[in-house]
Amino acid sequence: MGNYFQPEIETASREEILSIQNEKIVKQVKHAYENVKYYRDLMDEKGVKPEDIKGVDDIKKLPFLSKADLREAYPYGLLGTDLKNCVRIQSTSGTTGKRVVAFYTQHDIDLWEECCARAIVAVGGSNEDVVQVCYGYGLFTGGAGIHGGSHKVGSLTLPMSSGNTERQIQFMMDLGSTILCCTPSYAAYIGETLAERGYKPEDNKLKAGIFGAEPWTEEMRRSIEQSLGIKAYDIYGLTEISGPGVAFECEAQNGMHINEDHFYVEVIDPETGEVLPEGSKGELVFTSLDKEAFPLIRYRTRDICVLSREKCSCGRTHVKMTKPMGRSDDMMIIRGVNVFPSQIETVLLNEGYTPNYQIVVDRVNNSDTLDIYVELAPDQFSDIVSVTQKREKKLESAMRTMLGIGPRIHLVPPKTITRSEGKAVRVIDNRKLHD
Amino acid sequence: MAIHQISVFVQNKPGKLVGIIEELANKGINIRASSIADTAEFGIFRLITNDFDKTREILSENNVTNVTKVIAAKMEDKPGALYRVVDILSEAGINIEYMYAFTASETFGAYVVFRVDDVDAAQKLLDEKGISTLNDEDILDM
Repeated sequence: MGNYFQPEIETASREEILSIQNEKIVKQVKHAYENVKYYRDLMDEKGVKPEDIKGVDDIKKLPFLSKADLREAYPYGLLGTDLKNCVRIQSTSGTTGKRVVAFYTQHDIDLWEECCARAIVAVGGSNEDVVQVCYGYGLFTGGAGIHGGSHKVGSLTLPMSSGNTERQIQFMMDLGSTILCCTPSYAAYIGETLAERGYKPEDNKLKAGIFGAEPWTEEMRRSIEQSLGIKAYDIYGLTEISGPGVAFECEAQNGMHINEDHFYVEVIDPETGEVLPEGSKGELVFTSLDKEAFPLIRYRTRDICVLSREKCSCGRTHVKMTKPMGRSDDMMIIRGVNVFPSQIETVLLNEGYTPNYQIVVDRVNNSDTLDIYVELAPDQFSDIVSVTQKREKKLESAMRTMLGIGPRIHLVPPKTITRSEGKAVRVIDNRKLHD
Repeated sequence: MAIHQISVFVQNKPGKLVGIIEELANKGINIRASSIADTAEFGIFRLITNDFDKTREILSENNVTNVTKVIAAKMEDKPGALYRVVDILSEAGINIEYMYAFTASETFGAYVVFRVDDVDAAQKLLDEKGISTLNDEDILDM
């Protein structure tokens, strides 16, 4: 049995959790129906009224929400309260140009940070720990969520943000960080850099790491654990639902407990939308249970997972999800950033290129690389090198603005992009992300 | 007058340039002058041939090409010959993007090809100063 941030709820019986969920879902659906016109229209269209929802068993009657709805409703269409009640926005990339913007009241921030606090305590964190947060700070939820969770636990928080590895290492060694929070690829990179500097795993004071925001394998877990001399834990979340901490791993290291008192989870068949029996592999769907500013009902994550209610040795009773085993759409996670091929296509068309392109994603030295091969049209070619290169740079910068990460652009002659059976192969992902 | 130059976008990879040159050889194109500008990723292969229309037709089929007019100015075989031409262009505020030299035979002499920002102005200027330049007809059969 381990430590809990909120023991009474984290170890509550199945009946207790269900009763909490039943009570909250009625209120949440009523709240969404009354305050979010976009969702009310969807419910009306389906002929469902808030009174039809008496508990979580009725959730399946409700319409789904997807990333496309978030784009459609951008920016305020899914807001469930007055802006004056909101204290924060966070944002993530959308499928095309528009970003997803999520709103939070102080209540929403608190519940999100509590979820992160549960994750920190689950890996052995307390007010005696030094938590080094090297997730990005800013619109990305990674930094803000873990930072807030660390405060709630009472740990000494180092708000490092991402990058500047020299400084990360200096602070880690000088201030004796005990818990490291970042993307798994950055953790691996820090481990390698430490070794290059001649540090042995036992030279640092780290005991645990909370790594998320991108897919990683068991093999990568073992390698990070060895290079840093720690236990490495996974964390799951998405901006739409709150951020990291929707689910987190415990000492058992075999799946992430979903915070079921705040988020109701379903697994559906991505093709039919039909709810699958527990234990089936399918797409995760979340319903927020007590959010004020951004209540999302039946939000389709596109992450493919399996849920398990097997008794966990840590004593927590909340359902566990596996690491996402893939996606039911074409979203890629590159350096922790969500990237859709459609975004790349949008930029190409805006910049006057043909939509003939190929994306090659790889992982070199534990860092993701993104290469975009673009077929050059005759009117974009100049016999002057600097003119052609300037064009390349302009496209690169437009991509960076759209995607939030910088790709390498390669202009190639027409008809050089591999086509199989006449159809261009758009994405080649050479990373090994799933076991 | 000036002459037509054809430029081809070539990936900086083994086998790419040779394929283009082979095609021209097979179709009986005589390359008068050429230069390559290289970057890490790609090269720009610039050509002056005995038949620019046919060359363009052949190369455009499988490549991205671009046709520009360039000045080919005759160089006297003595010190300061290149300086004289470049100085004329420079004085007139004409910017040279790039240049390369070629010669066809002992009697033909040496020429420098200039890619400038204002080809008409450059041509007019060199004509006025009595600098001999080539036009497309001059390079059909040398």
